[in-house]
Amino acid sequence: MDGLLLTPGQYASLWIGVQITVQLLLWSFALGVVLSLVFGLMRLSENRFARGFALCYVELFRGISSIVLLFWFAFALPILLDIGQPSRVVMAVLALGANMGGYGAEIVRGAILSVPKGQHEATTALNLSGFHRVRHVILPQALPVILPPFGNLTIEILKGTALVSLVGLRDLAFSAEILRTARTQMEVPIGVPELFINVLVIYFVLAQIISFTFRLFERLVNARYRQRTGRRAVDVSGGAAAPATAPGDATGGT
Amino acid sequence: MSAPETNAAGTTGADAAVPAVRMREVNKAFGDNVVLDQLHLDVDPGERVVIIGPSGSGKTTILRVIMTLERPDSGTIEVGGRHLYHERKGDELKPASEKHIRQVRANVGMVFQHFNLFPHLSALENIALAPIKAQGRSKDDANQTALELLDKVGLREHANHTPGQLSGGQKQRVAIARSLATEPEVMLFDEVTSALDPELVGDVLEVLRDIAEEGKTTMMLVTHEMGFAREVADRLVMFDSGRIIEEGRPREILADPQHERTQSFLKAVLAH
Amino acid sequence: MAVDTGSPGSAPPTPPPDQPGGLRLGGVRVTWRSALGVVAALAALAVVVRFGGGSQRFETRVFRDPDVRFDFEFMFAYVPDFLRALWVTFQATIGGFALAVVIGLVLALLRRSRLRVLRWPTAFFIEFVRSTPLLVQLFFLFYGLPRITAIPEPLRVWSSLATLIIALGVHYGCYCSEAYRAGIGSVPKGQWEAATAMNLGPVATWSQVVLPQAIPNVLPALGNFLIAAYKDAPLGFAINVTGVMFFASTTASRTFAPLELFTLIGLGFLAVSLPSAFLLRRLERRIGYERT
Repeated sequence: MDGLLLTPGQYASLWIGVQITVQLLLWSFALGVVLSLVFGLMRLSENRFARGFALCYVELFRGISSIVLLFWFAFALPILLDIGQPSRVVMAVLALGANMGGYGAEIVRGAILSVPKGQHEATTALNLSGFHRVRHVILPQALPVILPPFGNLTIEILKGTALVSLVGLRDLAFSAEILRTARTQMEVPIGVPELFINVLVIYFVLAQIISFTFRLFERLVNARYRQRTGRRAVDVSGGAAAPATAPGDATGGT
Repeated sequence: MSAPETNAAGTTGADAAVPAVRMREVNKAFGDNVVLDQLHLDVDPGERVVIIGPSGSGKTTILRVIMTLERPDSGTIEVGGRHLYHERKGDELKPASEKHIRQVRANVGMVFQHFNLFPHLSALENIALAPIKAQGRSKDDANQTALELLDKVGLREHANHTPGQLSGGQKQRVAIARSLATEPEVMLFDEVTSALDPELVGDVLEVLRDIAEEGKTTMMLVTHEMGFAREVADRLVMFDSGRIIEEGRPREILADPQHERTQSFLKAVLAH
Repeated sequence: MAVDTGSPGSAPPTPPPDQPGGLRLGGVRVTWRSALGVVAALAALAVVVRFGGGSQRFETRVFRDPDVRFDFEFMFAYVPDFLRALWVTFQATIGGFALAVVIGLVLALLRRSRLRVLRWPTAFFIEFVRSTPLLVQLFFLFYGLPRITAIPEPLRVWSSLATLIIALGVHYGCYCSEAYRAGIGSVPKGQWEAATAMNLGPVATWSQVVLPQAIPNVLPALGNFLIAAYKDAPLGFAINVTGVMFFASTTASRTFAPLELFTLIGLGFLAVSLPSAFLLRRLERRIGYERT
């Protein structure tokens, strides 16, 4: 093992896989977020059928192994629905997104439950409709609770994308397998341990990027709670000029 | 006070004046604990009713069933002559749809013991939220009203502060402004000074006094501030174990309580 | 020696540099009982690695009726084969998890070590393993590691099943270590101080005071990881472990009936994971009650 680096050509080959992996991640994430919100809210619905349906969804997609889910979506579902050969990418995104939605729904549900009861009551007293309650009062307060576990969940989905190599998509893990099996025909034979260490490091870097992005977002969201200045502030002149900082008597009540 | 067109929607009898709130045989129990026991209560438009009673007597529940925060087990409630939980279909009263409840509930506002301000919104946004989102008013219009209300409660310069930057008394004044913003005909005040430090109570009571003096809002207050009750209330209602055991003019009841439990309650409250 | 990180309720902060209460590596002898547990787990593991898995043959020869959309009869005919495959998946799960529990404890203690040269690489290792796919880790262990000739052969060349067990053990060991860490952090500071006031040594402090309080808090998390490991065990398919995925995939390509076979293993999965998740939630609630 002299040196852990691969040749530029080999990195170029892995780079093709990275692009597929990132694409799969983004699409699955988008689908997963939507499903998390929809089913997380449905779990708390007053309608018993909506609640029951959401519970079934959550238990089903958390209970099945994601690799089994992926194979089922890729090979069984098309036969069941008789839809010929659908795009593997689409089926993989559906499987990964649905999987994320199952876990995400529980996160959303827990975060909404963590919003104090008085906040829900205030929305009733102000006669806000269901949509406005969620959009303007509940979600903004649930978001800081949702973000950290969602960051972890997104990393789990990144790890999950590696499974698509087993159904023949040319993601990062698959690209590594291509290099490994073709190594005997290479001018510079590739070292198998080095190859996989490189691939692991690439996944690690991707995960760190996800984690960094989420932390940044968390900081932005939390900052909005503390200080409110700039474009959202209204002009209060007409009375006394607004003091730049909280006045001395603002010591927080109960 | 009550709009005449609402009469068609569900007046029960041939009363000349439609009460702002009418409760009939309202029952509510939490498990074995009966908190409202065949409650009858009428409140006239513009009337100011103070409800007193020992803690756990269910007096807060009266306000909460009117605000639809708790559903009564049985009985009927009307607000401005319209049934809150029921709709008239032919000759029968049917359980109301959510849409109907929302419509009637729009005439009711509530201020909470623990303020329940939205921590992620500024004072001004807290006040303007319901006018914009529940009443469909324009943003400029709602902000203008919100600023006027903040003026009224003496907090204009705090418009851009979040609840976390306000003291307890300031929070409660913002909360009062918030529920005034939708101009409800009936305002419910649930122990609005109980969570405040004693020196902050005065400002909040001052605001309540102003609302009372304007005289156009029907007010139902649960409070332990007997001095305030004597000064502001048209009627004092003593409530215990799910029932009204005594009611009348505050001066008379405070000076000469008839019921023995009213006597012991007042003695305990006035002792400190 | 009353210094510790444990602040109740909060996420465990990184240990302060000087921490006499922290365990040195000798700390594996925390108690006789736990030592016994470790030995039992490793023995079970050895038995599985030596005798388990391997010679699975899926010999049912039933073909699906081409005229129906979903052939239930066909699916049920393959249940016995499925159960044989499930047994292999079980072995991998149990073996991997037994290993994970031990590795997790070691990593947790290393992370609390007073030596930075132990603490930092351990923290990095845990983070690295947790944020990379188990599948690629399997490939590394199965295809890469045997080629590193600097390592003596028994430590780098393993059977498929053994590779899967080790990969699961390391992967979930990293998850478990975080759970242990949180559990240890949840023991109130006053408990450490009381132990100091009673002049208990580090071994007695850990075995008599800290771990008995920390472990009940950790159990639900460990249960979750057990279920998660069970759901990841079919990945062994990628390195030819003859578990449920291997069964479904090879049989599907022989009988051209992927619908029935993948549905079968999906249902089989639910039949195990739903009840276990349910039991786990009850356990969690009971522990919750006892604590209040």
